Amino acid sequence: MAMDESLKSELQKAGVFVTSIEQLYNWGRKNSIWPLQFGLACCAIEMIATACARYDMARFGAEVFRPSPRQADLMIVAGTVTKKMAPQVVRLFNQMPEPKYVIAMGACAISGGPFKEGYNVLKGIDRYIPVDVHIPGCPPRPEALLHALITLQKQIEQDHLTGKRKLRAYDREQKAEWLVPAYGEHDLEPPRNPEVWKPEPQVRPEAK
Amino acid sequence: METLNQIKDRIEAAVPSVRLAIEGRSLVVDREHLLEVARFLKNDAELAMDYVSNLCAVDWLPRKVKVKEGGQDVEKDLPGFLEVVYDFYSMAKKHGPLQLRCRTDGREGMLSLPSITPLFRGAEFQEREAFDLYGIRFKGHPDLRRILMWDGFKDFPMRKDYQQPDDHEWEPTPHDEVLQQAKKHWPAPSAAPVKPA
Amino acid sequence: MIQPFTTPESGYTLIPKEGAIETQTIEVSMGPHHPSTHGVFRMDVVLDGEEVKRLKPVFGYLHRNHEQLAEKMNWLGSIPFTDRLDYFCSMSNNWAYCHAVEQLAGIKVPERAEYIRVIMAELTRLINHSCLAGFLLSDAGAWGTPLLYAFREREKILDLFESVSGARMMCNYMRFGGVRADVSDDWLACARKVVENYPRFLDELEALITGNEILLARTQQVGILPRELAINASVTGPMLRASGVDYDIRKVDRYGIYDRFDFRVPLGEVGDVYDRYYVRILEMRESVKILQQALRDIPEGPFDAGVKMRNFKVPAGDGYGRIEAPKGELGFYLVSDGGTRPYRYHVRAPSFINLTILEDMCLGHKVADVIVILGSVDIVRGEVDR
Repeated sequence: MAMDESLKSELQKAGVFVTSIEQLYNWGRKNSIWPLQFGLACCAIEMIATACARYDMARFGAEVFRPSPRQADLMIVAGTVTKKMAPQVVRLFNQMPEPKYVIAMGACAISGGPFKEGYNVLKGIDRYIPVDVHIPGCPPRPEALLHALITLQKQIEQDHLTGKRKLRAYDREQKAEWLVPAYGEHDLEPPRNPEVWKPEPQVRPEAK
Repeated sequence: METLNQIKDRIEAAVPSVRLAIEGRSLVVDREHLLEVARFLKNDAELAMDYVSNLCAVDWLPRKVKVKEGGQDVEKDLPGFLEVVYDFYSMAKKHGPLQLRCRTDGREGMLSLPSITPLFRGAEFQEREAFDLYGIRFKGHPDLRRILMWDGFKDFPMRKDYQQPDDHEWEPTPHDEVLQQAKKHWPAPSAAPVKPA
Repeated sequence: MIQPFTTPESGYTLIPKEGAIETQTIEVSMGPHHPSTHGVFRMDVVLDGEEVKRLKPVFGYLHRNHEQLAEKMNWLGSIPFTDRLDYFCSMSNNWAYCHAVEQLAGIKVPERAEYIRVIMAELTRLINHSCLAGFLLSDAGAWGTPLLYAFREREKILDLFESVSGARMMCNYMRFGGVRADVSDDWLACARKVVENYPRFLDELEALITGNEILLARTQQVGILPRELAINASVTGPMLRASGVDYDIRKVDRYGIYDRFDFRVPLGEVGDVYDRYYVRILEMRESVKILQQALRDIPEGPFDAGVKMRNFKVPAGDGYGRIEAPKGELGFYLVSDGGTRPYRYHVRAPSFINLTILEDMCLGHKVADVIVILGSVDIVRGEVDR
């Protein structure tokens, strides 16, 4: 149930804090994100640098990098996802408990980046798993990763636990598992998951 | 280090019936005697080429070469082949490089070359890589499997005539080959689904 | 199988205390997602109890088709891609590629550019080796702390790189016949300060790590690489020198201007993990020496040879150029058909070939040692799979 914001701030001035379960719950979740310790390529080094002394990700409550997907909330896809690695990435994502989030870090994770024309490079991880935040850059600076984390925290703040727009994790109707591609003879099979990857249809420009 | 000609003469004396040719900075060795030549280079006290630094395959498509014949430039058709280049150095004598080349017969079918892995462990993964990406089978290799691509993969992707899987269906700034590929996925304006306004 | 027996007096079934516990052979796939495999590396390990019986490295999880992409683009276009080979040492990779192309095209590099290149390459070596020490200790169980020290120092050097090239990691700084931008006097002053303070960091690191009892127990006599095998398996770089082979391309080929500097090549005796760690620490001290000399002697002058980068063409031919990158011999084999793009472009990646003898080093050790041994090989996936 929505709360009257003006009443809430009035009460706060009087020293009374009013909140809803939803807000409290999201506040707790957003400040204790546990990322999966999962580096793929160059961006992983910047991810480590973000967790190290100068940038100090711990200030945002996300320093507990977990090696096991079972204990992680956030997957930072840091680097080029190759076709050989894609099934493992999806499987790791499937193994993470809900509610879970994905940050696609760097140009490669978004679209294949500079390696897009390679035969073994997946053209963006969002062909197989839903991505919440994209960070451009090759590699993105640690500040950019921190910005993505804050963006994600804002998104978590807005999550709904009930109602029509409730979170995927609390909706029994929604899928909990994503399709794991198989190695084919020439390419991954299928090359994209149509349930996740829905680009706008491209129309050929008229001949000038 | 001795000159290439001296080395060639010494190899010819040591390995009977070997066919050698000098091309640029490198020695072209025939397939049958590659292993023996490599063994000679390794064991010879003067050369002591104990270290194979680099091993890589090159795909040569059929091409036309200009050859001088009787003072005239004549265009000749050169058949395509796959070539493996070896760069030998000596760690004991600190000299090098000595470059060997070995060629397959044509580009199609089962192409095989002798493996030098029994002599030089350092060639093990590099030969596997050449097999994976170019499809050269190295006879005598202890463990010839695909190394970079997955096991069920059928193509040899570094060959010049390799066709990539068609997965460029969406591209914000297509150009060149990608544009040609992407066009296949773009419906003509008339056939495109109408977007609800 | 140990037979349980029953004593007639008590009637209890007892399990004998003597005799070994039977172990089973199990196959474990370590990686590609594993906290200590330095990226997406996978090892198929056959274990008997905790002892390693067989080990097969599996590659390709970061195979980004660098070679094929380079064959599709012009000569200059590959330089940013070399950054992404060994993403700790982008400057050395740039240099290796430019060195190979310059050899092939016969370009002479001006004096100042050579000095700048040496400074950048040695700073890169400092980054690489100090981060290796951090990662190795992480692998040995000291989570975090040594890595934080190493990354603190790395940031200082990355600041230098950023101010001169515009990027922290992917510098894309060197060009055929020189470098992209000149370094200022202020930059040199900053670099001198960083280099001056570096031995203090090394002393700190060594005080923390080198004599540490746990480190000694974990690393000494572990993963011994014999001298002959190291040569035969084409192992290069600090790993080779830790096995006692005096082979440093900076000394052997004397490429660039390395013949002008006074430095020594540290060698190991045993060839175990500890030697590989300590050789790197000593190499950093030698790098500091080189840096001090280079920063002292750097002359004025042009910083590139004025090569036209647009439509840059290389005369037809082929060549192999190599330099001593922090991880070992980094070589580029290039074939040109006289056009604007290479016909064949091959990277001889040191960390890929150094993994050849991973199985030999790990056999007979415990599974926990595999991680430490792999850490001491110093691999970067971008370079292993390319």
